[in-house]
Amino acid sequence: MASKKKSSFINMVVVLFIVSAIAATALAFVYQATKDPIKQAKLEKDKKAVGIVVPKFNNDPVSESDTLIIGERDQLIFFPAKMDNKLVGVAIKTYSDIGFTERIKIMVGFTPDGKIFKTAVLEHKETPGLGDKMQKNKGNWSEQFTNLDVPNIQDTDDDGILIEVKNDQGTIDAITAATISSRAFCDACERAYNAFKKIEK
Amino acid sequence: MSKLKIFTRGFFSENAVFVMLLGLCPTLGTTTSAVNGLGMGIATTFVLVMSNIVVSLVKSQIPDKVRIPSFIVIIASFVTIVELTMQAYVPDLFEVLGLYIPLIVVNCLILGRAEAFASKNKVSDSILDGLGMGLGFTMALMMLGAVREILGSGSIFNISIYEGDGALVFVLAPGAFIVLGYLIALTNILTKKS
Amino acid sequence: MEYILIIISAIFVNNVVLMKFLGVCPFFGVSKQVGTAVGMSGAVVFVMTVATIVTFILQKYVLDVFEIQYMQTITFILVIASLVQLVEIILKKVSPSLFQALGIFLPLITTNCAVLGVALLAVKPVYDYDLLQATVYAVASAIGFGLAMVIFAGLREHMELQDIPKGMKGVPIAFVVAGLLALAFMGFSGIA
Repeated sequence: MASKKKSSFINMVVVLFIVSAIAATALAFVYQATKDPIKQAKLEKDKKAVGIVVPKFNNDPVSESDTLIIGERDQLIFFPAKMDNKLVGVAIKTYSDIGFTERIKIMVGFTPDGKIFKTAVLEHKETPGLGDKMQKNKGNWSEQFTNLDVPNIQDTDDDGILIEVKNDQGTIDAITAATISSRAFCDACERAYNAFKKIEK
Repeated sequence: MSKLKIFTRGFFSENAVFVMLLGLCPTLGTTTSAVNGLGMGIATTFVLVMSNIVVSLVKSQIPDKVRIPSFIVIIASFVTIVELTMQAYVPDLFEVLGLYIPLIVVNCLILGRAEAFASKNKVSDSILDGLGMGLGFTMALMMLGAVREILGSGSIFNISIYEGDGALVFVLAPGAFIVLGYLIALTNILTKKS
Repeated sequence: MEYILIIISAIFVNNVVLMKFLGVCPFFGVSKQVGTAVGMSGAVVFVMTVATIVTFILQKYVLDVFEIQYMQTITFILVIASLVQLVEIILKKVSPSLFQALGIFLPLITTNCAVLGVALLAVKPVYDYDLLQATVYAVASAIGFGLAMVIFAGLREHMELQDIPKGMKGVPIAFVVAGLLALAFMGFSGIA
């Protein structure tokens, strides 16, 4: 076994420098190598979600996607779905920050008449067993958004918000014991609907 | 010490979770289901084996006083590699494990093995040690995840085994502590008898 | 109001130890007596606050600017490790009595996942914190850690005197008690 390097000041600095330099180089290399696959994985996820939430289409909504700027810093990405160049639906990637933990991201699909076609959860960190019932594979709660006729919802409390849980005088049944998560889901849909109205114009 | 013993002690007599109580944060935080526990275990094992190899290779070149910082840099590099790779190829699992992936860096198990074993032993032994400890850790995480999933969600490996919701508390934070407490008690009883 | 919300959320609702499982190792390791628990909490408050401020500035003005976010883990842990060393040296010179009280806990803090965890959480784009908010968040999280730790140490001191079934003695019962404490903290979840 080679003798151990002495802990002289120069030795220490040189070794630490070399270790860090090698680490940084290795990481830069791995970063370059995984950059595209990471991007691809994210695109793939959007693509899959778009395929679920809008009616049948034959264009490439991801390459035709565009960013809609709302207010100062808010922006949403939307994906137009077309069948033989005729618009059959718009998928909007939306979010909400009023959930239980972190930002919830969902994809909401609208048909041209403003009805929600379907929804799909992209990312969430809600409580397992409670808030995560918003996922399709964890329960059928999100079914009530399927074919939801948003433009014809009665805004009973006149607060200008159409998609609300029943606790807030809305029409959506909240997930049992997870009103906060349900509220966030509605908030995200409402945000998407407002964006949809803007796109319509 | 025989090669076999270096490998197997990580499973039982020196199990990281049940006996040594190391790396508890990911143990409790990521075991809401058996699959998550397995994923976290494999990620940790990879970092553990790789850092053990590198530490064992460079051990004679590193002055004693900067030993720990150097090890930390090595470990952090492998953690970042795992982080980027998972993001690219298993994005769903990466999202579930989230914050706990970068936190592998401060998993006392990894720095502990680098310091206590790899910095004093041959590369081949260090690989065995890393594999044994890592797989023992993975096994513990998977067991904890499986118990919590069965009791809390009524399923195992996402396959439903009984109707209904299960006792939700086991999926939530308190259940993690309680189940681990009972598993440690069980290990205590079993190891004392033998 | 915003700050009060951050503080309450970090201390009670999203308590680092009991809800996020960060810093569980010292939570069990040094909670046998209230005295040591208080000492450890003091050291954590100090290091966590300074570490979060430094890493926050590094993230916003170095990592983000040069687009080398993938160096985040390595940078943060190095900052924390050197900070702990620095604190140790300064404390030794400036206040030997404080060093006596906190000294033995300082090396343990490098591998306290709560410190790295809170530093990582504070720069998450979701929260969109500015420096002051991040600092408040770090202080509150550390206080949350201390609170959980001191309560738990108090419970463990009492447990020493109880008649506990043989197999459950020591660590296992401590985990079960921590579970019950977490259950109690869940009662705060409606607040935020």
